[in-house]
Amino acid sequence: MDYYFKTENLAVGYGGNILIHDINVKLEKGKILTLIGPNGAGKSTILKSITRQLETIRGTVYINAQEVALWSPKDMAKQVAVVLTDRIRPELMTCVEVVAMGRYPYTNLFGKLTDKDIEAVHEALERVHALDLAEQDFATLSDGQRQRIMLARAICQEPEIIVLDEPTAYLDIRHKIELLDILREMSQKKHITVIMSLHEIDLAMKISDYLLCVKGDTIEAFGPPDVILKSHTIEHLYGLDNGSYNLLFGSVELAKPQGPPKVFVVAGGGYGIPCYRALQKQEVPFATGILFENDVDCQVAKELSDHVIVAPAFETITEAQFREASEILLKCDVVIDAGTPVGTFNQLNSRLLQLAEAKKIPVHHNKNKQEVQVWKP
Amino acid sequence: MSNTTGIPSVNKEKIKLGNIGRFSSVMLLLSGLLILALIMNVNIGSVSIAVQDVFRMLWDGIRCGVINVITRGNYAQELEAVMKSSTESQILFSIRIPRMLLAAILGGALSVSGYLLQVFFRNPIAGPFVLGISSGAKMVVGITLIFLARHIGTISSLTLILAAFIGSLLITSIVLLFSQKVQNMSMLLVIGIMVGYICGAVTDFCITFADDHDVVNLTNWSMGTFSGASWDNVQTAVMMCVPGILAALLLSKPISAYALGEGYAQSMGIRIKPFRILLILLSSLLSACVTALAGPISFVGIAVPHITRTLLKSSKPAFVIPATFLCGAVFCVFCDLIARTVFAPTELAIGTVTSVFGAPVVIYMMVKRRRIQEG
Repeated sequence: MDYYFKTENLAVGYGGNILIHDINVKLEKGKILTLIGPNGAGKSTILKSITRQLETIRGTVYINAQEVALWSPKDMAKQVAVVLTDRIRPELMTCVEVVAMGRYPYTNLFGKLTDKDIEAVHEALERVHALDLAEQDFATLSDGQRQRIMLARAICQEPEIIVLDEPTAYLDIRHKIELLDILREMSQKKHITVIMSLHEIDLAMKISDYLLCVKGDTIEAFGPPDVILKSHTIEHLYGLDNGSYNLLFGSVELAKPQGPPKVFVVAGGGYGIPCYRALQKQEVPFATGILFENDVDCQVAKELSDHVIVAPAFETITEAQFREASEILLKCDVVIDAGTPVGTFNQLNSRLLQLAEAKKIPVHHNKNKQEVQVWKP
Repeated sequence: MSNTTGIPSVNKEKIKLGNIGRFSSVMLLLSGLLILALIMNVNIGSVSIAVQDVFRMLWDGIRCGVINVITRGNYAQELEAVMKSSTESQILFSIRIPRMLLAAILGGALSVSGYLLQVFFRNPIAGPFVLGISSGAKMVVGITLIFLARHIGTISSLTLILAAFIGSLLITSIVLLFSQKVQNMSMLLVIGIMVGYICGAVTDFCITFADDHDVVNLTNWSMGTFSGASWDNVQTAVMMCVPGILAALLLSKPISAYALGEGYAQSMGIRIKPFRILLILLSSLLSACVTALAGPISFVGIAVPHITRTLLKSSKPAFVIPATFLCGAVFCVFCDLIARTVFAPTELAIGTVTSVFGAPVVIYMMVKRRRIQEG
């Protein structure tokens, strides 16, 4: 296999001190690689070393089978463009002037722009949907607009690789999506290789062809997202002791309430989630069941409770599972009926409610999913 | 991108890069002002010379000069004859013209020097005076005047320039050392001002223990003045400043990229370290030249580039550098005119006048910048 971008035993750091070593990355042309990892893990350090802003300590970076360290700054500039986290404040510069700066490696001694250069500027502005900003003073732009202009500047440099350091920081959700869409398009249509760092794991999973997990002094994992992301990769990578991260939903759950369960939620089919969240906010530990393993309630319940009674999908709930659930239920102060309809497979759930009433445990019925009421026991 | 939708396509011709029209009109305006300033400067003074006489004598001088250059005749003698033909022409050729030319060249050089420092520190409030660089130059020149004068006798303007250059570089490197430790620009300015005071103290110390005879030279010079300008001075200034400013113009491409910050500049293929060294050397050379020939002149280095950018509404270096030079020339020629005429026959120090006009501009800039940063 021919790899366009490759690092071999790369070690990076500041002032000769190695921060991260043995970085081995291989990318085909036009792929998107995203670096994820906790703050201060060294994502920026790796990116800066790739772009030669920092000197590498050991190892080699190859682009197109050539050793990057041997290139002249100008050749490098024609291959690699960057979007940095630096918040620049140029005075009295219009956006088009900032974008045209991307032509730097191509213009003559005085930076005179040829027709071809102007065309490239125009195209870059068009690509990031910022033609209307062209004449505006860069200093007056919003964060989202600035980031688009900086991306246009990088595109205008006509690189083979774009390196972006946290391009979505400061951006709201819409601008994040827009920016990542543009990057996707660039990699698909122009076969530009994208190397970036992101904080949003969910977005990283969805946009990237490869992920690089950076933690501690070495690389934790490198590969396609679906290969390297196992159930607890993220919790481990970011050292999540309290909260959790749901890979399937790409969502974050806060810490689960501690202690023996006080409330039993009879749920299923998504009816339980609002109840779980309400209980979690009040820090009331709860148990829930009986949930089928493919139920959406089950996904969330497992992140928020240690007492989830799970049944295999597409099978009728068994007596054994019922006994397990009723044992926990009888120790709870309150039972909540989340309002899940009862069908053939989950008939035993209605027996749980009957059991609670028989044992004089208060049962609250949430008939309407919208109106969640949870009573503190 | 809600605002894009209204404009489906923008014509490619509509993309404007730098407003050439505005640049030309600003240059025209500044040239006009410079000519006006020069005429007023030659015209006004303790001996008032009528404008038509000025032109007549100038014409005589030029014609005489040109003819002699072409025919390789005895240029100096002929010109001298014209110059000595009357008191007026003597005043004109040996006092006023060299003085105003010196003011124009040095004013322009000082402004460009300030501009380069602002590029270097990426801050519009940087300048040779506030960063203590002028004081450093003054210190070394002072020491040279006091101690070296005894051994060498007369000191040429080139020696003075060299001394000022050493002083400038010394203080610049001190400020640079600190700039690696403090990222905050206002702290750096405070350090610059403090270093400036230290240099001032050292200079004062030397003056206290120097002979009266040596000090006379120094006090005249340290007030900052264009009086006593000679054709030699003008020649030296042209020799030093013109190459310096041409070099600055050649740097205008990397300067424009450097405005985006070091990270971006590096990614576009600029070798940052040599570029920064070049900036500092050029800026120090220009300001040293000014300090050596005219003494320390305050606020021109900050105020003029700012006025120029405001006029141009652009920070494109290829526009700003020539316009700053012209604007600095106009500013200094006018200030010099005021310095020598308002309280005539007493002459004010040039720094007094430039401060009165320059400092308010700086205060205005500080206030405006603060507002932008907060808003």
